[in-house]
Amino acid sequence: MSATPAAWAAATTRTAADEPAAPALIRIAGVGKRYSGGTQALQGIDLAVAEGEFLSLLGPSGCGKSTLLRLIAGLGEPSEGSIDWPRATYDAAGRPERSIGFVFQEPTLMPWATVFENVFLPLRLAGARRRDVAVQVEGAIEGVGLAGFVRAYPRELSGGMRMRVSIARALVKRPKVLLMDEPFAALDEITRMRLNDDLLDLWAGRGWTVLFVTHSVYESVYLSSRIAVMGARPGHIRELIAVDAPYPRDEAFRMSTAYNEYCRVTSAALRGAMGGSEP
Amino acid sequence: MSDESRPVAPAMRVIVPLVLGAIVVAIWQVLVWWLEVPKFVLPAPSLIVRSLLSDYPSLLVSLWITLRITLMAFVIALATGVALAVLSVQSRLVEISIFPYAVILQVTPVVAIAPLILIWVGVEHIDRALLILATIVAFFPILSNTTLGLKSVDHNLRDLFQLYGATRWQRLRLLQMPAALPYLLGGMKISGGLALIGAVVAEFVAGSGTGAGLAWRIVESANRLNIPRMFAALLLLSALGITIFLLLAGLEKLLLGRWHESAMQRER
Repeated sequence: MSATPAAWAAATTRTAADEPAAPALIRIAGVGKRYSGGTQALQGIDLAVAEGEFLSLLGPSGCGKSTLLRLIAGLGEPSEGSIDWPRATYDAAGRPERSIGFVFQEPTLMPWATVFENVFLPLRLAGARRRDVAVQVEGAIEGVGLAGFVRAYPRELSGGMRMRVSIARALVKRPKVLLMDEPFAALDEITRMRLNDDLLDLWAGRGWTVLFVTHSVYESVYLSSRIAVMGARPGHIRELIAVDAPYPRDEAFRMSTAYNEYCRVTSAALRGAMGGSEP
Repeated sequence: MSDESRPVAPAMRVIVPLVLGAIVVAIWQVLVWWLEVPKFVLPAPSLIVRSLLSDYPSLLVSLWITLRITLMAFVIALATGVALAVLSVQSRLVEISIFPYAVILQVTPVVAIAPLILIWVGVEHIDRALLILATIVAFFPILSNTTLGLKSVDHNLRDLFQLYGATRWQRLRLLQMPAALPYLLGGMKISGGLALIGAVVAEFVAGSGTGAGLAWRIVESANRLNIPRMFAALLLLSALGITIFLLLAGLEKLLLGRWHESAMQRER
């Protein structure tokens, strides 16, 4: 597409946002979430997630982006609206078989278990036997660059390595969708950039979909093919921004004027979402 | 470098206290001899050892009796404590119905219920009364620590298990039990010592049955003013307590060794 980022920003209001041509992988319609305490965390969320896209949920803290991600994961039910998986099969109880991997803000590893045991967990809970899936587990660990640490305990790893284990665990069942809740927020800048690059490498060409929650404009622009900018009180989607730069992206993209322009547009949208007030 | 941060060689941890002990015993020996303290007030260490050696058949039998009650009480407390803790985290109803009574059992001095237990089990079964009393004393730390441990599972890990459709049993075995292990082991260290204390106190209060435990030996020796033998029995009691503690500390190190903060040696 030849449109400049600025032109895109003008064109991307909520209704004009590129509704994918293929049936959406996840269809979120009119979703709201009110907690029993009375807090309205989300209101009127409409979003269609296309297969294979890298979609970031960007917003200030308290805008409900993590809440939305957890609802998509099935951790909690929306108070109104629906989250459908048009292409998923349904189990006997009528729940969609979601095929998701989830990465939390903290690595969330079991400290008493080795890297292997931690990554093996999702398969183990599904009833797989260690012997049958050892290759698959070790493959997932190699995939995040931790081949030599299969027998290590989380305590013995750095923060970035622990997060890699967490990603390997999320990917070991080869899910269709990877949900990531500010996974790199607690890491230092250098580790964060490396993990961003490695995440893009993992994602490239595998056809899975990523939903990535972040509060960093720069991270969202670098990673995403589409950004949903969210505002708070109650949480809503303010604007959808398509980041049309081609993959693979690397350091050159980070230095490009296009990247800067996307960041500027996205920052402006975020400021708009916050109503001009500082969080 | 401050004194606290200097690493201590493992051997020194054993040697230094032993040297201190030897010095104290030597001073004790010399003072008793120098001041001619009568042996029914404070016997010399050498006399205590001689008494231990000459009376060892009866003392060993007593040691065995006390050890058996302690171990049985500990094992029963461990099994029931863990079982009730698991039950109470599975069902809120069980938790709120059990806990007040566990607390009542804990706060009521065991000495005060000893006569009641004795009447219930009958004077011909004093060893059973001792076992029950020691178990009551040892039970509470296991229950409260294990319950706390089972509940202090990381919320995200809990969500992760839910996400992957873990069954109740999988969650208990793969998540809650390992998370509770450090708490349980801490409880076991307290409870192991309390089981011994319970066994001794119960014997003081309830008397001995067919065989006399170490507590009864102490009472008996005091009555006969056989103070060296009393000290010998006391020595065996503390040796027993130390052994229990060391075994449980070793078990803790073995099970938590590589993953838990408490077992980590930090070098700075």
